Amino acid sequence: MAESITTYDKNADAAEVSKKLRAARVKRENRQGLRKHLFLGIFALFMLYPLLWMLASSLKPENEIFGRLSIWPSEFIWSNYTEGWMRLQVSFTQFYSNSALVTILSVIGNLISCSFAAYAFARLTFSWSKFWFALMMMTLMIPYHVVLIPQYVMFLKLGWIDTYLPLVVPRFLASDAFFIFLMVQFFRQLPRELDEAASIDGCSPYKIYWAIIMPLSMPAMATAGIFSFIWVWEDFLAPLIYLNDIQNYTVPLALRLFVAEDSQSAYGQMFAMSILSLVPVLLFFVIFQKLIIKGIAMSGLK
Amino acid sequence: MSGLSLKGISKSYGTVEVIENLNLDVHSGEFLVLVGPSGCGKSTLLRMIAGLEEISDGTISIGDRIVNDLPASQRNLSMVFQSYALYPHMDVRKNLAFGLTNLKMPKAEINRRVQQASDILQIGELLGRKPRQLSGGQKQRVAIGRAIVREPELFLFDEPLSNLDAELRVQMRVELASLYNRLGTTMIYVTHDQVEAMTMATRIVVLRAGKIEQVGTPYELYNNPQNLFVAGFIGSPKINTLPATASSNESGLQINITNIGKFSYVDLATTTPNISVCIRPESFKINQTAELNLDVEIILVEYLGSEIFLHVKIATGQTLMVQASGKSNYKLGEKISISANPQDCHYFDADGQRIQAKNA
Repeated sequence: MAESITTYDKNADAAEVSKKLRAARVKRENRQGLRKHLFLGIFALFMLYPLLWMLASSLKPENEIFGRLSIWPSEFIWSNYTEGWMRLQVSFTQFYSNSALVTILSVIGNLISCSFAAYAFARLTFSWSKFWFALMMMTLMIPYHVVLIPQYVMFLKLGWIDTYLPLVVPRFLASDAFFIFLMVQFFRQLPRELDEAASIDGCSPYKIYWAIIMPLSMPAMATAGIFSFIWVWEDFLAPLIYLNDIQNYTVPLALRLFVAEDSQSAYGQMFAMSILSLVPVLLFFVIFQKLIIKGIAMSGLK
Repeated sequence: MSGLSLKGISKSYGTVEVIENLNLDVHSGEFLVLVGPSGCGKSTLLRMIAGLEEISDGTISIGDRIVNDLPASQRNLSMVFQSYALYPHMDVRKNLAFGLTNLKMPKAEINRRVQQASDILQIGELLGRKPRQLSGGQKQRVAIGRAIVREPELFLFDEPLSNLDAELRVQMRVELASLYNRLGTTMIYVTHDQVEAMTMATRIVVLRAGKIEQVGTPYELYNNPQNLFVAGFIGSPKINTLPATASSNESGLQINITNIGKFSYVDLATTTPNISVCIRPESFKINQTAELNLDVEIILVEYLGSEIFLHVKIATGQTLMVQASGKSNYKLGEKISISANPQDCHYFDADGQRIQAKNA
């Protein structure tokens, strides 16, 4: 609806008119702000509903989870958390340790190997570099499920099944094209004069990477680190295929054990553990997202 | 302190040859400036000397050693980049010391050199700051400091002042000149700003399309340009060029400026009939008679304070530039007469090469 515009005589008192105009503007902006926030609030609630439902369900009695419409629990069952932690034949302490080991090694592997590969693509001159880069990018288009069986056969022949090696070793071999691409794009933005100045200052390509490029690439490294952490921590398929012994299970695999096919499933405890499984991801994100925002100003240049 | 020798240097990218069979000797302790229009290959040449760009052919010698195959770090030179290229994550002290640390120099010696450079450039109070906390001029000083601490045989500057504002550029120009006088090290300086070239150089190399057009002192280039390109490139405002024909007779050379008039110049001899007569704006006299006289109309007056540049239109419709005293009072549309003496003009043949005066 078009709003009416009040006009004032140009000879009117300037201070008075200015005050009225300012008040009208503030009123208009408040009205618009309220509309926007209302819309965004509803949208946010819609997006957050599954998480809120899971959080609520983790505190509900078992019979209430699917049997009652209200999201608010009739009573808060905090024991879902303590009992859920110890319910399986192996405690969640073990699953968290397994997940932490796999995830930390994978993040380190991804950051080191992908940044090396990205540095080579972004800065070094070598034969057929454009071809290799295109080839690497093409791997992004191959669904994981397509290479699943050949990979499984390979790791089986290597005797790596039921170990963490299939989950970790590929990360040290720059196998994630997405992170390489992300870093290549970032490295390309860094001025080449820095490399040249460093090379006059006596740096080898490795030293340039380590002393100049890496410290300046913290935003890209943090982004890759966060994504890598989330994806590996939450990965269900790869651990499902390569890990057999429950002692080696990661958290997502352990959560699956709550759903029993032949007996009563403990959904409340499963949701409680699901909520806890989100905590490391949240913490990691909160700590490292500062690095993304912070970055390092490129003001050594013009 | 060493000289530099370039022999038969060529550089090509695919089929495009950007520098072609270039020969140049830079004397020890010289301040040599490479000037030329954009794309003439001056920065490429500097980068080849630095070892940042491979050469396609020829040899580069610093002192008495050929450095073609030496990496940049082993050529014992320092370079100041147009963008300063300071390491953003290191403070000024680390920026200065980084190269020396890589050379595994003792800490005491590194500190001594950093202190000395910061004293020379008066950046002592900036040592703890990051590059982002510095102004353009301060960054430039740090970049120069980083070059000084290495105590190299050769300094290379790649348009180091082009990112500074006009006032700071003048100030840094003076500081660079005094730094050169103090250090006495061989310096090679790339610029497209001829004022920088003229004011700082002991010799200037004018480049065009990867070839040397002329090498000489600023005085030689301004007063004795060897070809039409150098005459046009050196000097601001630009030299005036008039097409003319020349014919020899017993009294010397008769020069007929197309549609303007004739005069004779006894000291000049040429066999080519079509020539160019070039006159610097300050060589014109206003409302005085000489051997070459032109009636002109003022179409633009540029007042610069100490002087005035008059854009004037001659009978053929061509526009010339005339320099007058800042105290004169010329008006737009005013008709004046300008004149020049033959010995104040420069003459070039049809190929653009200088026609030397007999007594030159």
